[in-house]
Amino acid sequence: MSAHHFRSGTATKVPFGQRIRDWWNGLSRFHQWAIIIPVVVLVYLMPFLNFFPITTEPGTDFELALFNTARIVLIAIGLNVVVGQAGLLDLGYVGFFAIGAYVAALMTSRDSALYAEYPWLLVVVVGIAVTMVSGVIIGTPTLRLRGDYLAIVTLGFGEIVRLLADNIPALRGNVGFRNLERPPGEWSDGTRIFTQGDGIPWYWLTVTAIIAVLILVGNLERSRVGRAWVAIREDEDAAEIMGVPTFRFKVWAFVIGAAIGGLSGVLYAGQLGFVNNARFDVVTSVLFLAAVILGGSGNKVGVILGAIVIAYTPERFQVVSEYRYLIFGLALIVLMIFRPQGLLGARQRLLARGRQAYKRLVGKPEPVSTESPMKDSGKGTGA
Amino acid sequence: MIGNLPTVLAQGGVDWISFDIGRLVDQFWYNTVNGLAYGSIYSLVAVGYTLVYGVLKLINFAHSEVFIVGAFGAYFTFQFLGYESGGIAQAPLVETIVNLILALAVAMICSGLVALTLERVAYRPLRRKKAPRLVFLITAVGASFAIQQAIMLWRNPNPELAIQLIAPRPLFEVFGVSVTNIQLTVFLAALVLLLIADSFINRTRLGRGIRAVAQDPDTATLMGVNKERVIMLTFIIGGLLAGAAALFYIMQIPQGVVYNGGFLLGIKAFTAAVLGGIGNLRGALLGGFLLGVFENYGQSLLGGQWRDVVAFVVLIVILMFRPTGILGESLGKARV
Amino acid sequence: MTTTSGSTPEMRHHLDDPGTDQPGGLVGEVARMSAEERAEHEAEVADVVAPDRDIEVEVGETLLEMRDVTLSFGGLVALDSVSFSIRRGEILGLIGPNGAGKTTCFNAMTGVYRPSSGDVLLEGRPLGRLKKSQITRRGIARTFQNIRLFGEMTALENVVVGTDARHRTGVLGALLRLPRHHREEREGVERAMALLEFVGIADRAADKAKNLPYGYQRRLEIARALATEPKLLCLDEPAAGFNPAEKEELMGLIREIRDDGYTVLLIDHDMKLVMGVTDRLVVLEFGKKIADGRPAEVREDPSVIAAYLGVPDDDVA
Repeated sequence: MSAHHFRSGTATKVPFGQRIRDWWNGLSRFHQWAIIIPVVVLVYLMPFLNFFPITTEPGTDFELALFNTARIVLIAIGLNVVVGQAGLLDLGYVGFFAIGAYVAALMTSRDSALYAEYPWLLVVVVGIAVTMVSGVIIGTPTLRLRGDYLAIVTLGFGEIVRLLADNIPALRGNVGFRNLERPPGEWSDGTRIFTQGDGIPWYWLTVTAIIAVLILVGNLERSRVGRAWVAIREDEDAAEIMGVPTFRFKVWAFVIGAAIGGLSGVLYAGQLGFVNNARFDVVTSVLFLAAVILGGSGNKVGVILGAIVIAYTPERFQVVSEYRYLIFGLALIVLMIFRPQGLLGARQRLLARGRQAYKRLVGKPEPVSTESPMKDSGKGTGA
Repeated sequence: MIGNLPTVLAQGGVDWISFDIGRLVDQFWYNTVNGLAYGSIYSLVAVGYTLVYGVLKLINFAHSEVFIVGAFGAYFTFQFLGYESGGIAQAPLVETIVNLILALAVAMICSGLVALTLERVAYRPLRRKKAPRLVFLITAVGASFAIQQAIMLWRNPNPELAIQLIAPRPLFEVFGVSVTNIQLTVFLAALVLLLIADSFINRTRLGRGIRAVAQDPDTATLMGVNKERVIMLTFIIGGLLAGAAALFYIMQIPQGVVYNGGFLLGIKAFTAAVLGGIGNLRGALLGGFLLGVFENYGQSLLGGQWRDVVAFVVLIVILMFRPTGILGESLGKARV
Repeated sequence: MTTTSGSTPEMRHHLDDPGTDQPGGLVGEVARMSAEERAEHEAEVADVVAPDRDIEVEVGETLLEMRDVTLSFGGLVALDSVSFSIRRGEILGLIGPNGAGKTTCFNAMTGVYRPSSGDVLLEGRPLGRLKKSQITRRGIARTFQNIRLFGEMTALENVVVGTDARHRTGVLGALLRLPRHHREEREGVERAMALLEFVGIADRAADKAKNLPYGYQRRLEIARALATEPKLLCLDEPAAGFNPAEKEELMGLIREIRDDGYTVLLIDHDMKLVMGVTDRLVVLEFGKKIADGRPAEVREDPSVIAAYLGVPDDDVA
């Protein structure tokens, strides 16, 4: 790579992250896959790598900690579509997660009057469909609002979802739904594969879901849809004038984010086997947001990293666990001041055939670094 | 089965949500009086949102924590003055008044300091870097979160034991509804503070500076207004009023001193600001009182458990259909 | 050189070229080409830039008509019953003193503002209550006086967003990478690359828009607008901040755009640029049209001279 050599040859200091990205970017497709595949295998093998330093504190189940981390990663990827890619600050994202969990509860708990022996996969499909519809219902009226108003209104909707769970008797408030159905399947010795206690199958299932979602979201990113989202994030009016149907694509961002949140909710409810009105509050929404911002909003790898930090460190270190909300709240402030692009500031690639195009045009690979993905058409507040 | 859906919704009778117009009419005056007393608190807090929004175009999400710190300040003043937790004090009237004024001062100072610190530590560095709006908002969310959690870790998740300086006692009746001494005190004190704030903004030189920056920051700077000082001033005024609101709040709801007690109140006060027309000081005043009574009407109409939903619904409906609120944005220019 | 309104633009050499399926090559490669090769290459580029232009279109036919357009904000009348039309294949200049309503006029055409009364008609059909994005897809594209690029996107991506205005891939198509998605991606990138070469900034295709030099940003705005395949291209002070040499280049580019079959509406303060490149001028003052004609005629118009009071005739030229 000529560009690379040129850089390392000069005295200018290239940041480590930038060097990694350049290196990765310079690899051929084949080499990239040669690295990705072993990494994925390693991710699947994680439950068996339970030793220092990647273990948990005594008393915490390592496999379940892995599942919970994977679950937050999935949520963060979903929220990233809304916040990172389309630039819509959604403070009520937990509402979609809650809806997914409640759909699973209503369909598969014997406490529910809607109970029947539905196939588990159908529950997943219905859960996603219902959250998508609620995404349209919430998005259609609110997405006409400007950014900061949108944040407050989504917060309001998130709270309304929670209050509904509190107050509608059919949703059983604090009592909740017990004994939710889990995915089918038995080990050779006849015991169920999916139980509450064993985190491994749940972890594998979630990792598989993450991979599928990453591929699909990646497809969207490198298409007209992803470009529309980023254009909206950068300058909504200019995007509209350039022919982007902004409202439609904003609703889509909301709906796709909702679908992923719903999927995560279904998985969560299934593993726990129990759903009640706790844990669907604003604090949880902000925690999800912190995961997205921390890693680097807009960037999938960054977001995954952020989610791992948010979900895993409290399980790993008791100290972090106690102070986690405080730490993550402070982290948001510090990051916004010193590194608004997050830990891993990388730009998205928005062209399905970008690699070849850039090679041919300027003879170097697609640029990946970024200073800040959070643009607001340059109109800083009070600036 | 899905076919059960209608039955499920009706489960537990129909009383999970009612539409009781009779009750609304019966309790109308009671709700109005009660709502005005609550509304005065919303108004005071709403001024903080509206001023900061007017000047910085920023929703100061952490303003709810500015408020709750004031509540803790007042509470600890009570403790310091020797009031017992969990009881109703029976001190002589003059002593009670002096102590309340002391608590008011402490609450206002606490809130004012928090607001000022927020401005200095969190927002000013962002302004220097000309950060985009979303970055400000995320910072505000982070600050709100951090303060809340710090309080929780310091105290605990449970509310502090209530301290009441004055026992609620009916003073007189209007429209067949008795008005308590607390309601009257709170209402009048809040009104006085709001009027002071209003005349400060409209009559004094510093107040004119605030309005000038809200209208056009660049021109104001050219005309010799010190923008940074104006911004500090708006945070301080907002903080002081939130502190006062906090004292009035725990006079009415003595058990409300809890780490996350600011959250719902903050949302409601923000709703009040939007309802009146965010950026508009008198709008905040009006919006606060209106929201106070609406909330009570809604509670009568739909049932007590839906009280908090009213604010959210009002907020959403206003933003959807008249985002400039009732009075429009007169402190600053209209939004782009 | 300018053509007077109504005449057929002559510079259509590229249309004689059969064109090949080969896409535009490396910038460096172009630099190494011989003059002949380069001409051929440019022809290819132009062909990709304007693939679906109907060359048989009769120049002179009305493309856009402003019919008694009035626009008022509160009590302030920004446009007062303005009527004029833009004909196919011409470069129309819209001039007037500051605050005369030029940009307002643009905004009325592109749907940013809705006229209080009157109509804007494109090819005889009123724009009515169409959304801004729909107007763009009907065939009006614009650039912005204060550059408004998508700063975090590369130059190439910016232009591809423009090409997306003609694309129909939906969320499902992108999610499953259906054939149309592939076709449109390929076509979009090809066209965007050709457009970057056309406006002369292909060497910085991989740079983020916000890191481009000023002149490049202005050109990128033009490329992005052209990417939407407009019938009418509106340029809002494209030469603002340019030095004379850059302005000269820009004039050449504008002519070339017109010669490729686009109709151009141009706002600029620089009289030399406007007089030099336009076929016809419309002059606005205080929201009213005060003159409409060829540059030479307009220059002699007493009311125009009066509008530019204090600007002697010589300086206008």
